[in-house]
Amino acid sequence: MLHVTYLIILLPLVGFGILLASGRKLGDPAAGVVGTCAVGASFLVSVGVYLALLQVNAPVRSYSQNLWTWIPVDRLQVHAALYVDPLSMTMVLFITGISTLIHLYSIGYMKGDKDYPKFFLYMNLFVASMLILVLGSNLLVTFVGWEGVGTCSYWLVSFWFTRDSAASAGKKAFVYNRIGDVGFLLAIFLVYDKVHSLDYQYVFAHVDRIGSANVTAICLLLLVGVMGKSAQIPLFPWLADAMEGPTPVSALIHAATMVTAGVYLLCRVNPLLHASPDAALTIAIIGAATAFVAATIACAQQDIKKVLAYSTVSQLGYMFLAIGCGAYTAAIFLMVAHAFFKGLLFLGAGSVIHGLHDEQDLKRMGNLRAYLPITFITFAIGWLCIAAVPPLSGFWAKGDILDNTWAAHPALWFVGIITAALTAYYMSRLTGLAFFGSDRWSESGADGHELDAAHAHHADGAVSEPHESPWIMTVPLWILAFFAAIAGVMAISGSNFSLANWVDPVFGSNLFHDNLSSSALWILAIVDAVVAIVFVLIGLRLWSQRSDRPALEGAFLRGAWYINELYDAVFGRPSERLAAYCADVIEPKVIDGAVNGVAGAFRGSGTLLRKTQTGYVRNYVLGITFGTVVVLGFMLTRMWWG
Amino acid sequence: MSISPAWYLSLSVVLFCIGAFGVLVRRNVLIMFMCVELMLNASNLAFVAFARQLHDIGGQVLVFFVLVVAAAEVVVGLGIVVAIFRRRASTNADDLHLMKG
Repeated sequence: MLHVTYLIILLPLVGFGILLASGRKLGDPAAGVVGTCAVGASFLVSVGVYLALLQVNAPVRSYSQNLWTWIPVDRLQVHAALYVDPLSMTMVLFITGISTLIHLYSIGYMKGDKDYPKFFLYMNLFVASMLILVLGSNLLVTFVGWEGVGTCSYWLVSFWFTRDSAASAGKKAFVYNRIGDVGFLLAIFLVYDKVHSLDYQYVFAHVDRIGSANVTAICLLLLVGVMGKSAQIPLFPWLADAMEGPTPVSALIHAATMVTAGVYLLCRVNPLLHASPDAALTIAIIGAATAFVAATIACAQQDIKKVLAYSTVSQLGYMFLAIGCGAYTAAIFLMVAHAFFKGLLFLGAGSVIHGLHDEQDLKRMGNLRAYLPITFITFAIGWLCIAAVPPLSGFWAKGDILDNTWAAHPALWFVGIITAALTAYYMSRLTGLAFFGSDRWSESGADGHELDAAHAHHADGAVSEPHESPWIMTVPLWILAFFAAIAGVMAISGSNFSLANWVDPVFGSNLFHDNLSSSALWILAIVDAVVAIVFVLIGLRLWSQRSDRPALEGAFLRGAWYINELYDAVFGRPSERLAAYCADVIEPKVIDGAVNGVAGAFRGSGTLLRKTQTGYVRNYVLGITFGTVVVLGFMLTRMWWG
Repeated sequence: MSISPAWYLSLSVVLFCIGAFGVLVRRNVLIMFMCVELMLNASNLAFVAFARQLHDIGGQVLVFFVLVVAAAEVVVGLGIVVAIFRRRASTNADDLHLMKG
């Protein structure tokens, strides 16, 4: 079964091809069904490959498949090769699984959109790119997927590109990712320069050849790359703007593809990180800072999707914190659990938005639990998961990370626990505002604000009662809710589900062991649980009745620490001025001056020369005669004095 | 008695200068044409004179070539002159300055 690994990537690509060729003919909903089936088939193949991989008996279960030699140039031999090990398999399983559910959900959510087939076309390509990224056996194949993911995110974020905000959000996502890509590319160059190979296994076996300073440089350059992709400080603002895309896209970006790519890449290069404690510490600090900053911002956002976006940034910060501590398994645990509950939360938010006819403002929601019972129950599970309330998955995953942080960097543990409190608080605020309290959506009147007008794909103008979504949207919610709730079983060591048993061999001795005593673990777990429950209650108490507490929503937090304004002032406006200077001074004076000057010189000399062309034969004859006389005179003088 | 080649060459120079001068100063296309012929034949005379003096038959051979070329040139040139005369009823070279830049 292992030899069909390539099918995992090929199937979504085939779906992409079919939709590209005949998407418009298939239309709604056949195009969605094709897209969903392609990804679903890929999931089934992944399960098959997973079962086959379980049969492999080796210290590190792995399988590599060389498809063809991609770049055979002298010493640069790059193979289009796939590498399957527990790490990439874990990624593949949840990418394909969750993507299938999101595709299924999109069949309902995107119903009636004029670009319905195009949506699934991009989605399939997105999934295929992500699979290339995680299955690539060398840096360059990973980079292909990396770029594919970036490009698809651009297309999907600006899917409703007739809206100005969506178009610029897409551009923003693309530009931030490009900044990161520069780091990734430089890292690839440096690796090749030192090791003369890009293959992961070869590079890891020859880390000692690179030299410690260069390892740190490579790790930091890779960090720049993953900052862009995984939205870490300082490259995180794009992820909040990316909410302009359709909600299933947000779910796909946040849960299954795109942002987890950075976490995966850092886990993949664990031998490099292990060889560079400085880089690892940098990652841990950036992760902790991102987790905290994003959590504070999430506390004051009004848009339901923005809250979720910043919560993703915050959770990714946790994963980076874990990676920085060397606790890769914990990072992957949170990534998998996060994929389930964040996918669930986004799809739930999509269901809310769908039910309210494209209303995203939390202040205009309220009491939706009475109208959207299924969405409420499933969303509540996601909420309690991310708030880390025991015994749901978030508690175990986050607890795992916090334990490791406590053992590695106690100072960062405090940041982590404060962030955990904030997480519980802002998610409860979101739930309180959306599902409890009074029916504020009915007060807002039928003035049809701008979002309604823009979301014309299913805006029917009048404010009617919120309605529950169709089964095709609620089934994925149930499935995700189930897995989000029980994903904690992966924490049980020694069982068949144990994540540690499964992926620990990949990291081997690079993995950090907290070696905490069981009493310390108990105390930490109790602290986590108490913090989570207390702040869930505080959040609910504060926000389930009242929707307006300006004291808790400072302008600084609502403005996301004014990061966008800062970048605008530091990079945006100086660049604009530079561009304006180029346009107003350099372009007309220097460039046009040079071009016009050359043209003018030829024109002038031509004007002078044409005077000699009189058209009179006698003038030409005189010229010839005179010339002959000169030549003859020259020759005669040479003869006499030569 | 033999005449020294210097005389032949002097005559050749005189004829050539007359031809060149004619081409330069006359406006009538036919006269200019005749002057060109004069220059060609002046050079022919010089060739023959040198061939005789240097005992080299090559000079005389060259004269035949020049004669053939001159004959061909006359055919083409006169054809052009007739064609122009038909259109313009003039043989004044200064009337033909369409190629002015």
